[in-house]
Amino acid sequence: MDIFLVTLLNGLVYGMLLFMLASGLTLIFSMMGVLNFAHASIYMLGAYFAFEISRYAGFWPALILAPILCGLIGAAIEVWGLRRVHHNGHIAELLFTFGLVFIIGRAVQMAWGMLPMPYRVPTGLDFPLFRIYGADFPAYRAFMLLISAGMLLSIWVLLKRTRIGLIIQAALTHPSMVSALGHNVPRVFTIVFAGGCLLAGLAGVIGGNYQTTEPGMADAMGPIVFVVVVFGGLGSLAGCFIASILMGLVSTFAVVIDASFMDLLRPIGLAFTRDDLLGEILTVPVARIGALVPYALMILMLLVRPRGLMGTRDT
Amino acid sequence: MIDGMTGAAALGAASARPRRGVIGAFWIGAVLVAVLLPWLFFDWSHGRHSGFVVSMLSQMGMMVIFALSYNMLMGQAGLLSLCHAAMFGFGGYCMIHFLSAAGDGSLPVPMEVLPLLAGLCGLGFAVVFGYMATRQRATAFAMITLGIGQLVTVAALMFHHFFGGESGVSSDRTNASSLFGISYAHGIAVYYLIVAWTVIATLAMFALTATPLGRMANACRDNHERVQFMGYDPRAVRFLQFALSGFFAGVAGGLYAVTYEIVTFDALAAPLSANALLMAYIGGTTVFAGPILGAVLITLLQSGVSLMSNSWLVYVGVLFIVMVTFAPGGLAGLILAHVPIRRAGRLGRLVVPYVRVGLPLLAMLAGFVGVVELASFMTIGEAQGKHLVLFGNTINASSVVPWLVSVVLLVAGGAWFWRAAKGFRATWDGITADLRDLT
Amino acid sequence: MTEAPALALRDVRKNFGATEIIRGVTLDIAKGERHAIIGPNGAGKTTLFNLMSGRFPITSGEIALNGARIDGMPPQRINRLGLSRSFQITSIYHRLSVFENVRCSLLWSMGYRYSFWHMLPRQRALNQAAEHILEEINLAARRDTPAGLLSYAEQRALEIGITVAGGASVVLLDEPTAGMSHSETDYAMALIRRMTQGRTLVMVEHDMKVVFDLADTITVLVYGEVIASGPPATIRGNPAVQEAYLGQLAA
Repeated sequence: MDIFLVTLLNGLVYGMLLFMLASGLTLIFSMMGVLNFAHASIYMLGAYFAFEISRYAGFWPALILAPILCGLIGAAIEVWGLRRVHHNGHIAELLFTFGLVFIIGRAVQMAWGMLPMPYRVPTGLDFPLFRIYGADFPAYRAFMLLISAGMLLSIWVLLKRTRIGLIIQAALTHPSMVSALGHNVPRVFTIVFAGGCLLAGLAGVIGGNYQTTEPGMADAMGPIVFVVVVFGGLGSLAGCFIASILMGLVSTFAVVIDASFMDLLRPIGLAFTRDDLLGEILTVPVARIGALVPYALMILMLLVRPRGLMGTRDT
Repeated sequence: MIDGMTGAAALGAASARPRRGVIGAFWIGAVLVAVLLPWLFFDWSHGRHSGFVVSMLSQMGMMVIFALSYNMLMGQAGLLSLCHAAMFGFGGYCMIHFLSAAGDGSLPVPMEVLPLLAGLCGLGFAVVFGYMATRQRATAFAMITLGIGQLVTVAALMFHHFFGGESGVSSDRTNASSLFGISYAHGIAVYYLIVAWTVIATLAMFALTATPLGRMANACRDNHERVQFMGYDPRAVRFLQFALSGFFAGVAGGLYAVTYEIVTFDALAAPLSANALLMAYIGGTTVFAGPILGAVLITLLQSGVSLMSNSWLVYVGVLFIVMVTFAPGGLAGLILAHVPIRRAGRLGRLVVPYVRVGLPLLAMLAGFVGVVELASFMTIGEAQGKHLVLFGNTINASSVVPWLVSVVLLVAGGAWFWRAAKGFRATWDGITADLRDLT
Repeated sequence: MTEAPALALRDVRKNFGATEIIRGVTLDIAKGERHAIIGPNGAGKTTLFNLMSGRFPITSGEIALNGARIDGMPPQRINRLGLSRSFQITSIYHRLSVFENVRCSLLWSMGYRYSFWHMLPRQRALNQAAEHILEEINLAARRDTPAGLLSYAEQRALEIGITVAGGASVVLLDEPTAGMSHSETDYAMALIRRMTQGRTLVMVEHDMKVVFDLADTITVLVYGEVIASGPPATIRGNPAVQEAYLGQLAA
């Protein structure tokens, strides 16, 4: 029971972090049809910027400045890059962001080197919030939950209660119609892209010291964020939220389970030892398979329901 | 619908085919060059081939097959696959196991035929996973392949029996017999095996483009709905095209295994799939031979540039972005755009504009390379204790002068290039307008 | 003994969500008939085509092609059974040449299926048939032009060509003369008449001249229901039709 609760909490924290990243990507993907391959790279930039800023000014200014920097970079990419490529089609835009991954990745390596950066949890938040079944639950994790919940609320308010939010909502599902109605869709696109990058940057700020800040972090987070976006569905932030939490929980729980398929079969009397591939598949602990589960889930979803969990548009 | 090529670029490429005799001569010439090239670098004093050159040329051969097989999906069927390396790698792993089996006598298949078996393994893999992936198209397809790619990479690290875990599997290529009694101990023999298979595979893939399936794949790319109203199931077309492309990817993987005698999970992983995409796209997806060009170029850059600079990924990234923005037809598309001009005898008019544009371009490139390399040496090089050496002179990456030179070259060169490019564009448009009036 | 009608619809209904678009259409189209479907915009004419050709599934009812049920089948199966349709918004393979477009439309009916071993340049009967269709639609001069570069009228001609090339016994044409000038329309009419000889033709049209010149039977569709169906003279005099069209049939 104790492991369950702790894992549940950790899974929620990870899931919310995923949501912060995935929500920006979903907004961009749903509205502009662009699958921003560089989204995780912006996340990485957010972490590195936060590290730099916190070296000179502390964590709290970093929390505000780093995401803004990422948003500005996103705006620049959209205006000077994506907009030019837009008339070549969606695949060209996707490939453009693909090229950005290489450039940003190397730029980060050049600027900060190949080793992980000592981006630490700020001392103000580095204490155990409460003890649960003998394990400490760090205050920083609660802080992460707070920030991500706050962000979720802000997005909700922005979308549901402001005029620009209304336009964005409409453009999420019917971009061409919104354009036909006379709205400055390019500007809306820029705002959404920059906003998505800002969210990614914010995720980087709080995720960078939860995980390690190193040049490989984009490659580590990237694929699973895509899984979340696709699984949750196009045009639906609610779907994205559910998918994030689900994937977060699944990934976290899978690592903890110290059993294998063989253990499932044993109670019903089917136990055998085989020293070949089949035996390997059956005896591999679920913890190692855990890495596979999100991808398997995504493939299943795409086969059964290509729109995703709560998608409102086809890809 | 996936449509990365501007209509004009794609349509332009289609109508700019050179004469058939020219094409035939070109291909024969290319094969001859491939056969003779290693001898150009032969070390006559020691009586042996340059290991580096033979290795790089072998790599090129494999990558040509790999990139062409990728274009069967991307350029011909309009499918963006992000797991192409999975079939390549699987073919490679199977080849290693075949070689081991040949070693203990349980597989008496000669070396020359083994790549065919590796191809069949790639085909099998593509059939199983392609059945899932091709149920969808466009972005959903791409995402499924992304998932498959990740799945396979993780699985390769998990299941040691077949994949050998992190250290991979290895074997000895001399285990296999030969139909012609050739010993494949030396790299040069393997190279010629690769040349032979590259020619066979290229011819086969080219022939495929002129079959009913090949044409219907094009039709699905252009208008996936319409094919249904002509009696075709687009899913079946996608599936078969995916399976066949998996065959050739497997052949390439098999040749990889023979060359290096070891296969690790890198041969399955995302970076290699990305490579296929780069090679096909930069070379040009709208022309059959485009990926060949891309494969040769990227391999050259990878082998050559990565020796001199470890920022080669930045250059690839920038090249890629530039191509995506300004030349979606790839290099082959750019070259073919000159064919109607040459046919009308107006090519000479472009010489001066090219020089006018080329000089500032060189300056800009020099400046860009300078900035990137200086930055790289200032940060990473520092940590690794390396120094930037240009023509034998060590350059201090922290001093102002080289930075100033590079930045000036980049900015001034860039501005000059911008103006020259406008002039070039005007000349080009003038010539093509003339041509249109003539026809 | 009467032959089964080429196309028979029995109380066909189609809903999109809560909205009923087709509300119980019962219709028989005899073999060899030239049948026009007319009606105001939004009546559901194209939807009816989409249902008949399998592009959309029906909500309820039955559709039979030459006596066999086809509702619920995917479009390619219906096409293989002998029904072919054209599109109101030109739907061709814009990067393939005109010749290739036509050749693709012949492949299945000439038995090639998913073959990856037949070399197309060597298939004489196939290529001859394609050239023949090209002549019929008068695009032989544009043979190697990418279809996306053709003029609008040329593309419409190609659209008709690839629809009838496969030898379907029932041909559905969705507003074939949309956007054409008078001369282009006359030309298209002659083309259609020539190429659908001996086959069953069902046409959605707005151009009344075309309708009354070409059709043996006219069906009027309003708000998803058939309000009249019969020979042109009967339709012309039908008060309900006149009301629906507000006298436009006087043309």
